[in-house]
Amino acid sequence: MRVLKALALAASVFAATPALAAGEAPKAPNAGFSFNSLLGTFDRGAQQRGFQVYKEVCSACHGMRLLSYRNLLDIGLSEAEVRAIAASFQVTDGPNDEGAMFERPARLSDRFRSPFPNDQAARAGNNGALPPDLSVITKARHDGANYLRALLIGYRDAPAGFNVPDGMHYNEYFPGHLIAMPNVLNDGQVEFADGTRATVDQMARDVTTFLAWAAEPETERRRQMGVKILVFLAILGGLAYATKRKVWADVKH
Amino acid sequence: MAIGLHDSQVKNPVLRWIDQRLPVVTMMQKEYGTFPTPRNFNYFWNFGALAMINLVIMIATGIFLAMNYTPHTAYAFDSVERIMRDVNFGWLIRYVHMNGASMFFIVVYIHIYRGMYYGSYKAPRELLWMLGVVIFLLMMATAFMGYVLPWGQMSFWGATVITNLFSAIPLVGESIVVWLWGGFSVDNPTLNRFFSLHYLLPFVIFGVVFLHVAALHITGSNNPLGIEPKGPQDTLPFHPYYTIKDSVGIVAYLALFAFLVFFMPNALGHPDNYIQANPLVTPAHIVPEWYFLPFYAILRAVPDKLGGVLLMFGSILVWFALPWLDTSKVRSMRFRPVARIFFFLWVISFLVLTYVGGKPAEQPYIFIGQLATAYYFAWFLVILPVLGKLEKPLPLPESIAAAVLGTKAVLGGGPIPQAAAAKPMEKA
Repeated sequence: MRVLKALALAASVFAATPALAAGEAPKAPNAGFSFNSLLGTFDRGAQQRGFQVYKEVCSACHGMRLLSYRNLLDIGLSEAEVRAIAASFQVTDGPNDEGAMFERPARLSDRFRSPFPNDQAARAGNNGALPPDLSVITKARHDGANYLRALLIGYRDAPAGFNVPDGMHYNEYFPGHLIAMPNVLNDGQVEFADGTRATVDQMARDVTTFLAWAAEPETERRRQMGVKILVFLAILGGLAYATKRKVWADVKH
Repeated sequence: MAIGLHDSQVKNPVLRWIDQRLPVVTMMQKEYGTFPTPRNFNYFWNFGALAMINLVIMIATGIFLAMNYTPHTAYAFDSVERIMRDVNFGWLIRYVHMNGASMFFIVVYIHIYRGMYYGSYKAPRELLWMLGVVIFLLMMATAFMGYVLPWGQMSFWGATVITNLFSAIPLVGESIVVWLWGGFSVDNPTLNRFFSLHYLLPFVIFGVVFLHVAALHITGSNNPLGIEPKGPQDTLPFHPYYTIKDSVGIVAYLALFAFLVFFMPNALGHPDNYIQANPLVTPAHIVPEWYFLPFYAILRAVPDKLGGVLLMFGSILVWFALPWLDTSKVRSMRFRPVARIFFFLWVISFLVLTYVGGKPAEQPYIFIGQLATAYYFAWFLVILPVLGKLEKPLPLPESIAAAVLGTKAVLGGGPIPQAAAAKPMEKA
């Protein structure tokens, strides 16, 4: 925590220097996420806690329209749990035989229900600002995971002389520092089933882990396959080179 | 032997039956088996084969992507993510295709630099070189349109910026842009035609590659010494010597390719392209893919729009004239000590332009970009023509064999290695 505070302080000093033009933000500190390393994997516990944070906090405004409920099987939840999660959402289906649309509980195959029916409704409910869909959010930002986690813990009082208009909030890491999203994470905001203390930093890390997985659900499989393929190519390369040496052995070149 | 049948030497009766009627086996044996190839290639001569393989990989993965892609502004972005999530191994196919484009340009840039350094464009290989420039132009068009298809922010705004370049043409510019778009902005008709052309052009490239290779097999390959083979002692049969040497290069190339695909698949892309296209929100910095950055920097080096566009297209079109701009009789820069220095400066100017192209259009990048652009053109239009007349090249070796085997072996009539002497002659 002390390191974080020091980093935040350092960042705020940098942010205060006039060299930083509007629209720029300090570089997000490296949060040391396990999945950010070359062969890293996701922490299943963090993914599940992160999903809980998304479901109980973020999903009030942000959709994840590219995910299906069945995808949650991949973060270590049981089928019964995922079915129950899906069933807690009502989705529109139809038309039925009478030609009417109807509501029913969501199934595994349904996409995540978005909080607003369209962008206009989302803007109307959010003071004119559009909460972006979070399906691929970590892929859609530079240094996505570190940035996102920094953003979530980056709410501060605006420095003296910095004008924050109504409905906007000061954030250390948001480009230009003025963000429409208010600070939504407070200590103890959610209650984790595994007993982990829900500090702001813990929730920010967990939800970032969940979103990073959601953006690239193939990550773990991709890296495992990559290791196998590189080992295969190393052996093949050795054989090819040895053959080349043998073929060229009697030729001066 | 019936009249009208090809006199086939193939032993296998089935292949022989075919070869007598359609001598493909004989042709392959001649062009890729016994084909006399200079014995002194270095690994830079791998890159033609690598480019060919890369083209095949792009077409193969592209066909499968097209089966699952929807070319409509409302669905394109989601259909690409559907490929990434729900199509079996869709993520693999897409990441191979996406990074394959970058690999293609890496390979082709090295192939081009190699041709420039060793003077592969000089007589009698002028047309071979010019066909290569045509392939490069087609590649640029294909890559540009492919980048538009995922319909992210950079897709949309890149397409808007690049198509708008044509509006710089006097009088008809605006009409041409509307014609390209199929409307009054980049929109669904644009996406549809780009998809169609993106599928078509690789096959056009394939056709021009065929001509490129056909022309190569008339003149034969250049080599690091830049002197023509004088006889069988200077060459080796393509197979097995260069099939195996190319294989080594192919594995190294695949290893780099695999590393990109499996461990940093998005490193060469722009994060903004994972934001769905939005005509109402302009990204802070619109940048093209990395392989276009040098030309983008040249475009921005001139404050005038038409001037920038002309200079950008001119920076590639000038390659067509390269065989005549270079007045030196000596091909390989190994024997051109002064030109070699200026050439490496040119490569540096190209890299500087790549760097500057990715930076915002402000000082000092604009000035650095202008400097690099000036040198880029000076190399072709001033240095090469003049230097060819002034420079005193180093003495050329008598022959490839003399250089490779040492002068004594050839002058003294020493033993010529069996592989070089016997094998190519038996079959040729």
